[in-house]
Amino acid sequence: MMSDVCIVGAGIHPFGRTEGRDGMDQGIFAVRQALADSGIEWKDVEFAFGGSAASGSADNMVSQLGLTGIQFINVSNGCATGGSALNAAVSAIKSGEYEMGMAVGFDKHPRGAFNADPSAYGLPNWYGEAGYMLTVQFFGAKIMRYLHEHNISRETLGRVAEKAFRNGVKTDHAWRRSEVDLDTIMNAPMICDPLTKYMFCSPAEGAVALILASEKKARELGVPIIRLKSSVMRTRPPGSFEVFAASIDNERGGTATEIASKAAFEQAGMGPEDIDIAQLQDTESGAEIMHMAENGFCKPGDQEQWLLEGRSDITGELPINTDGGCLACGEPIGASGLRQVYENVVQLRGTAGARQVPGDPKTAYTQVYGAPGVSAVTILQR
Amino acid sequence: MSAQPIADNLFTDDMSALLGARNRETGQIFFPLPLTPDDNIEPVALGTRGTVWTYTVQRFPPKPPYIGPTDPEKFKPYVVAYVSLPGQTMVESRLTGVDPDDVQIGMEVEFTVIPLDPEAPPEEQKLIHAFKPVQGE
Repeated sequence: MMSDVCIVGAGIHPFGRTEGRDGMDQGIFAVRQALADSGIEWKDVEFAFGGSAASGSADNMVSQLGLTGIQFINVSNGCATGGSALNAAVSAIKSGEYEMGMAVGFDKHPRGAFNADPSAYGLPNWYGEAGYMLTVQFFGAKIMRYLHEHNISRETLGRVAEKAFRNGVKTDHAWRRSEVDLDTIMNAPMICDPLTKYMFCSPAEGAVALILASEKKARELGVPIIRLKSSVMRTRPPGSFEVFAASIDNERGGTATEIASKAAFEQAGMGPEDIDIAQLQDTESGAEIMHMAENGFCKPGDQEQWLLEGRSDITGELPINTDGGCLACGEPIGASGLRQVYENVVQLRGTAGARQVPGDPKTAYTQVYGAPGVSAVTILQR
Repeated sequence: MSAQPIADNLFTDDMSALLGARNRETGQIFFPLPLTPDDNIEPVALGTRGTVWTYTVQRFPPKPPYIGPTDPEKFKPYVVAYVSLPGQTMVESRLTGVDPDDVQIGMEVEFTVIPLDPEAPPEEQKLIHAFKPVQGE
């Protein structure tokens, strides 16, 4: 049997706003913390995959970390950049070419919604000029249909946000650190119906670095071993409904997440019922609801009951987004998917402090989703 | 000079319908026409009647590249919908002639053309596509 790739070190720069420290410096901060966590030095790292959407090419980090001649490949996959960097790092170790390497992601975005250039998505200029080039519109339209099709109340969207902020209070690396009650969330200004201000995450800043090693190397280090049972990245199938689509097929199809999730469970030799904790992409409240079903954790429509009964709370049967997710942490594009993995590593080690999931969790799942329709999934096991 | 379409190749010549694209091999219809001509793609007039599949309301003035009215004092929220055209595709479009709070999934709508900024002088108006509720037959 093939040996597992293990996570032997994890570092994070707090998410949110950090004046006077650029995105790459936040990345360096996370790398140094990850190195210290695994008890190794930069010169021991044989390769790296890293990415950032707005803070420069990750390979420039060697200027500060040390000119060791390391192989350092830049990764760019929208919001799934971190997940993709991790995926590539896992393959590099699985291939046998390397024994120890790093996946890193960081970013620092200006305030306000992302504004995108139509030509970068193969769209004519009129699409942006007429007022369609907004991700928030896509999210609103997509969840509007989902709520209608599966008979889910708008209040369920509010409950997702309420849970995120509740969890964020207990999270050192979170940006939003205060609770927001359901009434405030539901009565906040509407951004793109049915989503109010508190149901969206904001572009933010932050960084995460993970040190990966072969099982043999991990044992030599003598650190707590977290096994990566799956690392899968997939793109969209026909008939999916993705951002910046001037038209979509009448005939509906699957989603990138559904196929990534299925492949990840196959690779790990387990199913959704075996998972103890999950971090799911929650760019907005609706995304978490849809992703609960797309990753196989419940049937479409059951989310309403799940949220009402607190089944995805930290103390529930499947805690989801235990660190507050994107809603409480914000979204630095390059770092977001790795934050999910960081959170699971901490939870599986049992060192998550006030937000520690009870019951000695052994398996943990992450799913990050991004434009233009990509999804990356990992399954971790202690 | 009167109001002009916001772009070429968006509408049929008489502006009675949107110009979509048909893949000659697969028959798949989509919108809009690709920016670069392709031997495999032929223009096709899209249907003018459909139903609202989903929608949202843009409640705040977008940043550039949006060129419509953005004055926060005067900004009017607009409805963006995906309109299902039977046998063809679903087109992302403005809805007009209906209050944002009265839009329903499944409502029947028909094609129309509206100015991006109704308050602009007529000669400067840029015309965009929209769908409006079908009135009782």
